[in-house]
Amino acid sequence: MPFIPHTEAEVREMLDAIGVAGIEDLFDEIPDHLRCGELAGVPDGLTEQAVTRLMHERAAKDGQPLCFIGAGAYEHHIPAVVWEITTRGEFYSAYTPYQAEASQGTLQLIYEFQSMITALTAMEVANASLYDGASALAEAVLMAVRANRKSKSRRILMPRTVHPDYRRTVQTLVAAQGIELVEIDYDREGGHTDPARLQDFAGADITALVVPQPNFFGVLEEVDALTDWAHANGALVIGVVNPVAMALLKPPGRWGGKGADIVVGEGQPLGVPLSSGGPYFGFMCCRQALVRQMPGRLVGRTVDRDGRSGYTLTLQAREQHIRRSKATSNICTNQGLLVTAATIHMALLGGEGLRRVAAACHANTRALVDKLGSEHIRPLFSRPFFHEAVLHSALPLERLLRPLYAHNLQPGYVLKDDYPELGEALLVCATETKTEADLELYRDHLARMIDRQVSAGCPVQPKMA
Amino acid sequence: MLIFEHSKPGRRAQAQAPDTAAGVSDLPPELLRDDTPPLPEVSEMQVVRHYTRLSQKNFSIDTHFYPLGSCTMKYNPRACNTLAMLPGFLARHPLAPAPAGQGFLACLYELQEMLKEVTGMQAVSLTPAAGAQGEFAGVAMIRAYHRAQGDSGRTEILVPDAAHGTNPATATMCGYTVREIPTDDQGDVDLEALKAAVGPQTAGLMLTNPSTLGVFERRIDAIARTVHEAGGLLYYDGANLNAILGKVRPGDMGFDVIHMNLHKTFSTPHGGGGPGAGPVGVSERLEPFLPVPLVGFDGDEYHWITGKTRPQTIGRLSAFMGNAGVLLRAWVYARLLGREGMHRVAEYATLNANYLMKRLAEAGFDLAFPDRRATHEFIVTLKRQQKELGVTAMDFAKRLLDYGYHAPTTYFPLLVPECLLIEPTETEAREELDGFVEAMTNILREAEENAELLHEAPHSLPVRRLDEVRAARELDLRWNEK
Repeated sequence: MPFIPHTEAEVREMLDAIGVAGIEDLFDEIPDHLRCGELAGVPDGLTEQAVTRLMHERAAKDGQPLCFIGAGAYEHHIPAVVWEITTRGEFYSAYTPYQAEASQGTLQLIYEFQSMITALTAMEVANASLYDGASALAEAVLMAVRANRKSKSRRILMPRTVHPDYRRTVQTLVAAQGIELVEIDYDREGGHTDPARLQDFAGADITALVVPQPNFFGVLEEVDALTDWAHANGALVIGVVNPVAMALLKPPGRWGGKGADIVVGEGQPLGVPLSSGGPYFGFMCCRQALVRQMPGRLVGRTVDRDGRSGYTLTLQAREQHIRRSKATSNICTNQGLLVTAATIHMALLGGEGLRRVAAACHANTRALVDKLGSEHIRPLFSRPFFHEAVLHSALPLERLLRPLYAHNLQPGYVLKDDYPELGEALLVCATETKTEADLELYRDHLARMIDRQVSAGCPVQPKMA
Repeated sequence: MLIFEHSKPGRRAQAQAPDTAAGVSDLPPELLRDDTPPLPEVSEMQVVRHYTRLSQKNFSIDTHFYPLGSCTMKYNPRACNTLAMLPGFLARHPLAPAPAGQGFLACLYELQEMLKEVTGMQAVSLTPAAGAQGEFAGVAMIRAYHRAQGDSGRTEILVPDAAHGTNPATATMCGYTVREIPTDDQGDVDLEALKAAVGPQTAGLMLTNPSTLGVFERRIDAIARTVHEAGGLLYYDGANLNAILGKVRPGDMGFDVIHMNLHKTFSTPHGGGGPGAGPVGVSERLEPFLPVPLVGFDGDEYHWITGKTRPQTIGRLSAFMGNAGVLLRAWVYARLLGREGMHRVAEYATLNANYLMKRLAEAGFDLAFPDRRATHEFIVTLKRQQKELGVTAMDFAKRLLDYGYHAPTTYFPLLVPECLLIEPTETEAREELDGFVEAMTNILREAEENAELLHEAPHSLPVRRLDEVRAARELDLRWNEK
């Protein structure tokens, strides 16, 4: 019986102490007719050795491809220290630090995390994290509706340059609360949200404007103009940012004249492996004045009875276990273990290290775009990008790209489903993990496929309007 | 000391970032940051030492008995972590095509199937990131179902007063008003009150069974009938699934929709407060509304099922598929246990709880429900000690820390005054339970002889009791060099 330490003699003694004949008697309050059978659909137990073998086979099957997909999850170097320390049992197998005195490790770490995230974003407050970037954006929308008391419309301007699956997630999570998400189309030339387009909404009651930086296309938005427009029109600004980019780009706390009001993002690039999409963590920051509208856990520094510095969960009256149906959110956990990894990761990289990583990502993606560019493949948007770019292909992408998988190369994310108007468009990303040789390998494979298509007489499609 | 206080300008962990800083002169200066973010400047060894030392200030399952009621703090097998972190799994991009993830998808599909079997539900979606998100998905499906029936008059969710705070908070997020149902003196839902509360406005009832009071809801049949006859649906909060694994299934009890907490029942790590995983299971009539993505299998290949083929889905809950790595850990755990092991979970969790309950009663502690069986957990109330000795549940909790035991859950459920909700789990050996009884007995004696010792506890931890009022009044939420 895996993980159950009882000997037969102990079981006997324990049952005697309780005063029952057998373990089954302990279930005598469950009506007999409800008792279940033997769970035939669950296989027999395996030894650790057998499970290990099976998992190694399955992991090997998934391989370790050369990956140029970004689209919200990014491959970065993760120092060995990060997960060595994170998976120490004292972090890994602890729970929510409700008993503060017995959880100072986790609590101080979260306080350091909050400090580091605010340093990156130049915001005043950060919480202890939410599930992921997309659900964090949904929470930010709900928070903006609570915080913007002057606005009655519950109307959020949501640029189409926000990650499509973030927009879908927000829709799911706020749908029942009468919130209107108004999509703002992007500029076909620049790939950004043209601030001039917002003039359609001037004078209207807008609760908040979402501003991604970089946006889903990798393109850099005109954050200052967007922020100032929103504030001039009584709307709050919700920034959605990549945390690594924050080492290089103007942080949201300094956007426009007054800075963003709420900032969220996907924390995965800070020390969390790709691992099929999770567990990741979402971070959330805001101005100090909005902190009581914030969802999720917050750790504060205080003193103990002897005046020593210590850390504790604070402002818990916002949360579900106290406020129940009136809570700011139903969220009950944070992504504690991922926050542990991210904090150690940020401490190791430091501001300068993270800036170098960000710059290397940008340089690599620029080099990739240059290398892949040809008479058939060209960059689609004119505005500057961070570490992703959209390429347009004159040949059908499906046929070009499919063979690359056989070479263990994942060439990027095809945009056809989410942005059909862009035609044969591919979002590519080359982080600091890619070498010159990797980029050339991609270029050579792609060139070969293009040659094959062209010589096979495949119709070359006209450039998209 | 904070990591920031180890910082020296110009110090770096040089192995961890590119040697040189690439130029970014092609980017417009007005979009760039004009300073280096003020993160700590420390060496690699300083980082290792600092965070290793911080870890040592934590209680954890790996270091301490952790009988935190309603949280199921059982042993997290190390193999689950090691195998979920194999390079092939970690390197897989969430948007990589399904053919390039057959190993991963096979695990997820099999987990879906196993969870269906142990809960008796028709279909399972693994995507909710935590129990609370599972609850959201469940109640959103209830809402979607009623709407699909053309029934928009159902505006109310019923929640027993003993429920977790997430239940009413979730109902609110889903646009419902909440009505509380009282509990009777034996810890069961007050059936007459429930009958009086249901009606054409009832969307559903959210129920935890066994309840947070540590007892099995014996009249579950009548409750299910009452809610269903009124046209409502029955939601199962799987917080306490560990108590009944292999004994009784939510599907057989009449529940229409459930969530499971894999970080409890399937022993994935609590991680200092997450990540969890909160899969949802549904009966046939709710299947079209399941959150996406799901994993399908055509007998040959595994594939994603998305909104394209599930037009009635409530949608997606996160950018990708949820807490994939947690799901892999749960799969490993389930395979290690197997069918036989699953049955043992509830049996030994219940054995340990009833043994501990009996011994604490003999040691002079009052049980909240002395006439009931414990399930996987039970409640001790210190109301008498509070009155007679002036010591509170909080005092006991803090003093237990000095004895090297993590405190049970305190002051929850709210219905029982000065309560300790105690859940030993099946992975604790008898001597650990006996040690806990001894500590409790000693603390009771200390309370009689020198209550100050309890009021002042803890005495032996890195900090003494913290000033929480000050923490909330003089908010200090981040390090500031000043």
